[in-house]
Amino acid sequence: MPQIFGPPAVLGIKLSLVAIALTASAAWITFYKALPAQSGLASPQQPIPFSHKHHVGDDGIDCRYCHWSVEKASFAGIPSAQVCLTCHSQLFNDAPMLEPLRESARTGAPIRWVRVHDLPDFVFFDHSIHLAKGVGCVECHGRVDRMPRIERVASLEMQWCLGCHRDPAPHLRLPQDVFDMASKPPQDPRVRAQLAARLLPKQRLTDCSTCHR
Amino acid sequence: MSPIRLTRRNFLKLGAAAAALATGACSRPREAIVPYAHQPENELPGVPRFYATAACFVGAAEGMLVESNAGRPTKVEGNPGHPGSLGATSVHGQASVLELWDPERSKVPRQRGQPATRGALERDIADALVRLRERGGEGLRLLVRDASSPTLARQLDGVVERFPRALVHRWDPLHRDRSREGARLAFGRPLEPLYRIEQAGAILSLDSRFLDDHPYRLNHARQFARARMPRDGRMCRLYALESAPSLVGAMADHRFAMSVPAIEAWLVEKNAAYDTIFKDLKQNRGVILAGEALSPQAHALAHRLNAELGAPVAYIEPSERELRPLPELVQAMRGGAVELLVILDGNPAYDAPAELDFTAALARVALSVHLSLYDDETSARCTWHLPSTHFMEHWSDARAFDGTAAIVQPLIAPLYAGVSPHELLSLLSGEHKSAYDLVRETWRHIDWDAALRQGVIRGSASRPLQVSLRGFSRPKPAPEQGWQVRFVADEAVLDGRFANSAWLQELPRADSKLTWDNAALVSPNSAKVLGVATGDVLDILLGARTLRAPAWVTPAQADMSLTLPLGYGRSRAGAIGNGVGIDAFTLRTHAEPWSAGGAQVTKAPGRHEFATTQNHARMEGRELARHVGLAHIDSFASKKPNTSLYPGWPYDGYRWAMSIDLNACIGCNACTIACQAENNIPTVGKEQVIAGREMHWIRVDRYYEERRTLFQPVPCMHCENAPCEYVCPVEASVHDSEGLNVQVYNRCVGTRFCSQNCPYKVRRFNFLDYQRKEEELKAQRNPEVTVRMRGVMEKCTYCVQRITRARIEAEKQGRRIGDGEVVTACQAACPTSAIVFGDLNDKESEVSKAKTSPLDYDLLGELNTRPRTSYAARIVNRNPELKDG
Repeated sequence: MPQIFGPPAVLGIKLSLVAIALTASAAWITFYKALPAQSGLASPQQPIPFSHKHHVGDDGIDCRYCHWSVEKASFAGIPSAQVCLTCHSQLFNDAPMLEPLRESARTGAPIRWVRVHDLPDFVFFDHSIHLAKGVGCVECHGRVDRMPRIERVASLEMQWCLGCHRDPAPHLRLPQDVFDMASKPPQDPRVRAQLAARLLPKQRLTDCSTCHR
Repeated sequence: MSPIRLTRRNFLKLGAAAAALATGACSRPREAIVPYAHQPENELPGVPRFYATAACFVGAAEGMLVESNAGRPTKVEGNPGHPGSLGATSVHGQASVLELWDPERSKVPRQRGQPATRGALERDIADALVRLRERGGEGLRLLVRDASSPTLARQLDGVVERFPRALVHRWDPLHRDRSREGARLAFGRPLEPLYRIEQAGAILSLDSRFLDDHPYRLNHARQFARARMPRDGRMCRLYALESAPSLVGAMADHRFAMSVPAIEAWLVEKNAAYDTIFKDLKQNRGVILAGEALSPQAHALAHRLNAELGAPVAYIEPSERELRPLPELVQAMRGGAVELLVILDGNPAYDAPAELDFTAALARVALSVHLSLYDDETSARCTWHLPSTHFMEHWSDARAFDGTAAIVQPLIAPLYAGVSPHELLSLLSGEHKSAYDLVRETWRHIDWDAALRQGVIRGSASRPLQVSLRGFSRPKPAPEQGWQVRFVADEAVLDGRFANSAWLQELPRADSKLTWDNAALVSPNSAKVLGVATGDVLDILLGARTLRAPAWVTPAQADMSLTLPLGYGRSRAGAIGNGVGIDAFTLRTHAEPWSAGGAQVTKAPGRHEFATTQNHARMEGRELARHVGLAHIDSFASKKPNTSLYPGWPYDGYRWAMSIDLNACIGCNACTIACQAENNIPTVGKEQVIAGREMHWIRVDRYYEERRTLFQPVPCMHCENAPCEYVCPVEASVHDSEGLNVQVYNRCVGTRFCSQNCPYKVRRFNFLDYQRKEEELKAQRNPEVTVRMRGVMEKCTYCVQRITRARIEAEKQGRRIGDGEVVTACQAACPTSAIVFGDLNDKESEVSKAKTSPLDYDLLGELNTRPRTSYAARIVNRNPELKDG
């Protein structure tokens, strides 16, 4: 039986296969890069549609009321059901959307929130030291007080972390402002220099061993 | 490994399937954040908490501070306030956290091997007790292993009070009956000598193993290291006569490998060496330590000699009480006189003296209940097996060798349906109380909170007693005939208790560097006589019993004698420990538990493959593990000057460095296993060790030189001119600004060039994804350290996670890290404080001071690697009047 495709046809087929692969990957990269950081992809469905906008923006509750370990530990802390119930045993205590909360308090089974800010396992981030050095919540988490549903505003890629670690001064706030969603880093260069003077040398801030171990 | 056979078509099929599956695995897994429903007070997520507790491994308590991460015990540290620890840990202490999480622990009660309910067991016991009660408890027997718990002792009294004719027996295969008997001969009652080694100017060890498996080993090690620090040109001198390789012999200035009868004969025959040594002991406030293998008469003689020498030794009551011996129990069992036998811990079906035939006797007991951590050899032969709680899961108490009591407090609720020995006993005594209530009742008058916080009960140590010597007969050494067989507790798995611990199985034994095995140790001369080499197989005939064991040739062994480490050849240890090594208990009798004569040894056909981590034992003229005579310290050529045309690299912040004192290091391996626990280091198994793929970040090298054994712990040297760094094509091996040579796992592509170029061979490559995947074991891992995957190079990080933690705390307070704030895992575990770590830019730091020692030297310093880890040479203090040993 003779060959169905001659050598030129085979070459054509091979080239078109390569072209398809290249186009597909180019399209995928374009799509991925063009993706706005604020897209809903970073804002998954949670067991309870908790609104930071309502609690922080409208009610003015301090971050640390719920994220109590943020100044003391690497992990900011997610409130236990009991913390939620300090208010919600009185307010909206029969709202159907809070049923998972009441069930958690009743059974002791924890609520499984979906993690929005997820770092790879070989990265060791510490909230407490960032706050102590003047990196405000809003710097990485954005205007949480305007988010009805929590979403990720930063890529959390190493490039993004390093942007700040290489040149931290424009990102530092005064100690009294770190929890203030509306605050801005001070514009006065002398104040900025003072804040930056409290940091480790730049070399140390960009050492691999600072975040990886 | 079998070669993979694959046709072209199958290869394409698999390839296509893999590609299809891979496309579905592109997105990151979704992770959940799981908060508490009810937040415990003072719990900070990500900040570990430490709880003081204690555990018995070799007959007395070792105090520990166990690290708990979000309620999961992950790491054991020593308790500086506990006399059985002094801040250090043994290899067994370190491995006990793996024991807690072992997925093969027994999980449910079993009746004749079938899962059953605890209720059914309680009914069975209650029925038996009703019958026994009528006869005052005749036919009720208890068998315990560890008896150092005051609460347990109180409960045993309670049971005997309720059932006056019940009897309590004790069987611990690593018992100290010989010392007790020796003291009874010398002083009229069983006592334990408490050696003040620190005050001794010279030590004569008669096979004493006081650093190896003595109940007070960690305390001894610290005292010994202090005694060995030269002061005004003097230091403690150690003479060791020993029948089996031990850490003591390796540290000795004069070491004599002799069989047990030869040691006893030496003691009574008094040759020239004896006179020289005793002159030295007399002049320098020496002390004599006698080991368990010696006869009670030899012990008594040692006590008398110590009295004559004015030796620094005190006598105290033993920390555990005397109970009835095992043979009596077995006799009753065989006669059918035992109706209910309760075995608390221990594994007598495996480790009881061979001639007693415990297993056959057990079959004649109407109702037998075995409480143990594993469903083991004894469990399988008892009517009932009840899973025991781990010491990190229950309340109890334990005494250190010096009598100091400590509360054993749980860190976690029982993982499985286990009960503690106290709860089982309270069932028998009819109290039905929780272990917590029982322990609190025992210690009603103490400051409970302080006892829990400090991990010791103040003022509970035994008081030294006034003793007076009595007359006794001198030891009559048995005539030496045939081969001597010496039984020792294996330094890793002990009596088999830790046989299912992968960490301990893979821990290279101090002298042989052997892993995943035991062997019949023979001397080079004996090997020549037998015509065997390491790996050949021996037939050992002792009495009427035979054992086939592979030979391991070591110069530390006495001629015409064999050492058989116990604890191997288990059949029901679990997947890790089953069928590993040979079972020396099959030769061991009650009358001769440590050393037996008259054995016949012949070469048998076949070969055995060993897995060892160090194949060459000589330094071949290179100066690796260095030593110097006490008189020549000043002329020690410490460092070759490393000159360079280029200016040195500036390190302005911290300059981390380590110093390891070879004069203090006793080669106990605690550092290796502490590092393994801290840094999530996987075990690889016997085959992979043979392939040279073990993963330990710090190893302890052992060299034989002349008649000396030298130990040298080798972690990453953190070279300033690191050879690994400039060969890495992806910059995964780089320097940080504090001088740490860091390995960046997420950059590493696994070329292994760095390992090839490392002169110290401290880099480890994860060839086959060695991390075990069982859920239970994941709970043990340190959350502060990356769990590395296959294809990534890894090595010692100087515990960068501990440095980072200290730095963050210091930075929050706006200060520098103080000296001693960063303690590496190896440093913390070290019983002799041989490892010092700190900042070289701080001239007052301990490590800076250590590096000014005239004995400080760099390993392979001539390569100009400028290592941050340096060594202090070992000091040898030989007696100029004694040429032997």
